[in-house]
Amino acid sequence: MIQVSERKQDGVLILGLEGRLDASTSGILEKRLLGTIDGGEIKVVLDFSSLDYISSAGLRVLLMAAKKSKGAGGKLVLACLKSHVREVFDIAGFSSILPIFSASDEAVNSF
Amino acid sequence: MNLEMNQQEFPANVDKVPVVVEHVSGLAELAGVHPKRIMHLELAVEEAVMNICSYAYETPPGTVTVRVSSENERFMVQLIDEGVPFDPLALEEPDIKAELEDRKIGGLGVLLIRRVMDEVHYERKGLSNILTMVMHLNQ
Repeated sequence: MIQVSERKQDGVLILGLEGRLDASTSGILEKRLLGTIDGGEIKVVLDFSSLDYISSAGLRVLLMAAKKSKGAGGKLVLACLKSHVREVFDIAGFSSILPIFSASDEAVNSF
Repeated sequence: MNLEMNQQEFPANVDKVPVVVEHVSGLAELAGVHPKRIMHLELAVEEAVMNICSYAYETPPGTVTVRVSSENERFMVQLIDEGVPFDPLALEEPDIKAELEDRKIGGLGVLLIRRVMDEVHYERKGLSNILTMVMHLNQ
């Protein structure tokens, strides 16, 4: 199960993820995120505070979206990763290629 | 807590991956595995089963047999499929030092399995692929 909520702050789009980002739910985020970028959003924060789990399927979507965003002159930034989710990012080497902040406001201000 | 060998067969279908994950994590809970390590198990099982669903069977559907046991502080998950010879551990791991532009999409599953499980072995036995993953519980 995954729910994606949306809000705007200072011109930055914040997508809130709730639930699990795994092989069965990553398609939902993929569609939403790529659609958002295609729609011209170049400042996107992904709020992970309610995300409990991520697997390689989820990481794959994030990587695709980050590349696409960069290609469109934008940036994808992550915030509020739970420690076990952060661990998966660290193992996969994603912590060094995606900007990660501990608070949503920090993430918004990074643009 | 020790768990006797539990064996169950599942369709090797991407839609069924969450079912297999839940099956294993339920048994892990019974065996008294720490919640944090159960998360690691879920991750490893998801990644391993996904690989079987994606690569093992050229003509779906196929099945994956899941064996779980816990003994002497070793929690073991064994995945057996009757697909083409396929060693998931031979899949190339991604370069985790590469920059965003150069990062390849794919290969992360094996990397994650290896890092969260304490032992991972692959064996081709007869017409079966056998992937054995063990977690040491006293760590």
